[in-house]
Amino acid sequence: MSDEILVMRGITKRFAGVTALHDVSLSVRRGEIHAICGENGAGKSTLMKVLSGVHPHGTYDGEIVFAGEPCAFNGVRDSERRGIVIIHQELALCGQLSVAENLFLGNERARRGFIDWNRTNHDAQALLDRVGLRENPTTQVNDLGVGKQQLVEIAKALSKEVSLLILDEPTAALNDDDSQHLLDLLDGLRDEGITSVIISHKLNEVTRIADTVTVLRDGKTIETLPAKGLSEERIIAGMVGRDLEHRFPPRTPDIGDEVLRIEDWTVHSPAQPDRVVVDNATLSVRRGEIVGLAGLMGAGRTELAMSVFGRSYGTGISGRVVKDGAEIDTRTVQAAIRNGLAYVSEDRKRYGLNLIEGVQRNVSAAALDKLAKRGWVNENEEFSVAERFRRSMGIRTPAVSTQVGTLSGGNQQKVVLAKWMFTDPDVLILDEPTRGIDVGAKYEIYSIINDLAAQGKAVLVISSELPELLGLCDRVYALSEGRITGELDRAEATQERLMQYMTRGQNS
Amino acid sequence: MTTKTAPQTVAAPAAPSSRLSINLRQSGIYVAFALIVVLFAVLTDGALLQPQNISNIIVQNSYVLILAIGMILVIIGGHIDLSVGSTVALTGAICAVLTVQWGLPWPVAVLLTLLSGAIIGAAQGYWIAYFGIPAFIVTLAGMLVFRALTLTTLGNQGIGPFPNEIRSLSNGFTGGYLGNIGLGPLGGADLVSLLAGVACVAGFALSQWRKRAARLGYGQTVDPMPLFVLKLVGVAVVVMAVVVQLARFRNLPWVLVLLAALALGYSLMANNSVFGRHIYSIGGNLQAATLSGVKVKAVTFWVFVNMGALAALAGVIFAGRLNQAGPTAGVAFELDAIAAAFIGGAAVQGGVGKVVGAITGGLIMGVINNGMSLIGAPSERVMLVKGLVLLAAVAYDVWTKRRAS
Repeated sequence: MSDEILVMRGITKRFAGVTALHDVSLSVRRGEIHAICGENGAGKSTLMKVLSGVHPHGTYDGEIVFAGEPCAFNGVRDSERRGIVIIHQELALCGQLSVAENLFLGNERARRGFIDWNRTNHDAQALLDRVGLRENPTTQVNDLGVGKQQLVEIAKALSKEVSLLILDEPTAALNDDDSQHLLDLLDGLRDEGITSVIISHKLNEVTRIADTVTVLRDGKTIETLPAKGLSEERIIAGMVGRDLEHRFPPRTPDIGDEVLRIEDWTVHSPAQPDRVVVDNATLSVRRGEIVGLAGLMGAGRTELAMSVFGRSYGTGISGRVVKDGAEIDTRTVQAAIRNGLAYVSEDRKRYGLNLIEGVQRNVSAAALDKLAKRGWVNENEEFSVAERFRRSMGIRTPAVSTQVGTLSGGNQQKVVLAKWMFTDPDVLILDEPTRGIDVGAKYEIYSIINDLAAQGKAVLVISSELPELLGLCDRVYALSEGRITGELDRAEATQERLMQYMTRGQNS
Repeated sequence: MTTKTAPQTVAAPAAPSSRLSINLRQSGIYVAFALIVVLFAVLTDGALLQPQNISNIIVQNSYVLILAIGMILVIIGGHIDLSVGSTVALTGAICAVLTVQWGLPWPVAVLLTLLSGAIIGAAQGYWIAYFGIPAFIVTLAGMLVFRALTLTTLGNQGIGPFPNEIRSLSNGFTGGYLGNIGLGPLGGADLVSLLAGVACVAGFALSQWRKRAARLGYGQTVDPMPLFVLKLVGVAVVVMAVVVQLARFRNLPWVLVLLAALALGYSLMANNSVFGRHIYSIGGNLQAATLSGVKVKAVTFWVFVNMGALAALAGVIFAGRLNQAGPTAGVAFELDAIAAAFIGGAAVQGGVGKVVGAITGGLIMGVINNGMSLIGAPSERVMLVKGLVLLAAVAYDVWTKRRAS
């Protein structure tokens, strides 16, 4: 028994009529890395919120035994006192404060109510060394990238003498280098005797780092497996409840003439105008073709896309955008849309949707003029357009008037896609179209992308997931440090070759 | 993806419970208004609903209601305007100078005043939309600057009296063109006013009916027939009750006619025009609106131009009502207008709100003001109650939202 640091038994949690967790059990051995896998909505985050006291004792059924003692947490503070620390998907750092201030927030190094700055910064430095973050403790958190912020979170957890560390999607927003570093760090913490529970969609990381994998589906524990020798396909089979041999829908490409060509495109950073973010990039997309754009974080993929789309990013932009053989104006978003471009951003909640409006008004948002006569919108037409997309794309919503903020991630993504499909573009740029979406909904999004290509649209897909690009695209460009470093056809593209191009520096 | 193009005959019905709560949230403000009216009608032994008093409530609150219409658009767009009180004073002074001192004909003077209000709005809109300074700061500066300009123009005294036409726009009533008609125990009432009321109700019913028919034609869910009829009858009863009382007193206040036109026009604009929709999308998610091709800066700019023009209209009406433009005109009007918008269901973050809601919010405060003064409550207590009502209204809104999620 003492081998098990945490046992959760028969956990059932209901929200207003919906059962989020049904009789879930989880047992974690001391000193292991335990991965929890499952589709969105499977109950992973809810389970961790029960464990960490976000959902207090009494709001759920079942029992939690931690380090041999039963637990009844009434809040996060209770669980932290016992050494359970949760790091949420959305980082909880105060950007305006320094690294050191964040590390000891709520736990200040103080004497009689006054902060002891020397001790604060000294202790902070020690924690940063422990997580391998080479930054000054007085640096403002906003000045750090997401990867480094994640390390600050872990350092903060370590400052609380953590014995069970819970990480919810720790690498979702990280590039491969940062992910690598984070996973190495977790490895090191395991050697120090710290137990970790990680929730992750990235199954390659799970099979690499975890000792044990628990799969949840529809709020139930499906299985707990030793990770050694476990394949990604095996985990996926448990997550989706069916053998998902084909992660990508079949498609026969029908590729026509070149539609869009971006020539000698150069973009400078708005924050540092002398820094080149996109460097003389040239790429093209043909009718009916799905083209991928691969690159590590910071390679300039989103910057390239957004600068083309109405100069929504960057300064000192030069180069040409040619469509159907003629140069087009893309200097404003309006002009880009008018010339048949569409850009589906990587962050649908921030850049894609009006979450407090219904499906209907979101679908029409980019092409309201098509529904209007002399400035007046025909709401009935708007309704039938939304209804048409709801049916054809399978948007699961109670009604087209339902607030978009209440829909699941996959359905929100479909709404964004519908919005841009309604502008009837010739070229769609899809930036991370399946980020944060569960496996089943991904398949549906891929089907929609295939359909767009089949209709003769040219599609440019930006993705951090190489298998996705390889499964979806006819051709893939690799981007590194703002330069196009390679172009591979579907037949010759492999993850290894793409990665070589993606990591190719200026001097090679 | 299954590309079925099935005929759209059946719309997905919303779950009944969620639909009810949505209705409750949207109609909460009107229910509250009705309860407040009933409360004060009882407390004042019916004096609240006497013909002359109803007329007073409308005339006394007209300028705040006009400001509230502009303010709700500003707030939906995610901004605020603290300068409208000072703008009321400055434009009132401009109107006084144009008519009283320069002797311009009143229509020219009023048009020039509205234009000057639009210029005031444009000046502020420029800094907010194109220069990117928060509206709170720009309009706080405007509040001081325009008050200063008012004092510069007027010195320490008022200018008046105004031409009769401007005064009757603020205080006057429609004429008894067709004489009176007997209403039995209610006595004589003006026929034109009654006909105007009937025409309004009939027009409303007809437009609602056609809207319902069109929505049915598109296979949308609509209110079931009994509920639809009930709503129409409810609106008709309230409108006719007010109109009958007014017809018994001194006919329709001109300012009510103006308000009705503004309320109708701006409601349509907010809900059904591309411009109005763009205001909602900017307030709902600025970045998403920008990336959807909405001309964010231009829309923001024109929202403030519109606010300035409406503030000028309120300025003319307020000055006409007092029959002079004074240096302290419009003090704290911005707070009444902002409170009206928030009581009427606007959200601080923007993206939410209705013109009719803001007008109802303004009327709630107007009825509280009027009712409490009828029962002889001191002004500090009126202020206290208004403050608490504002807090309660927003708390209710936050509470229903939290329960919904």
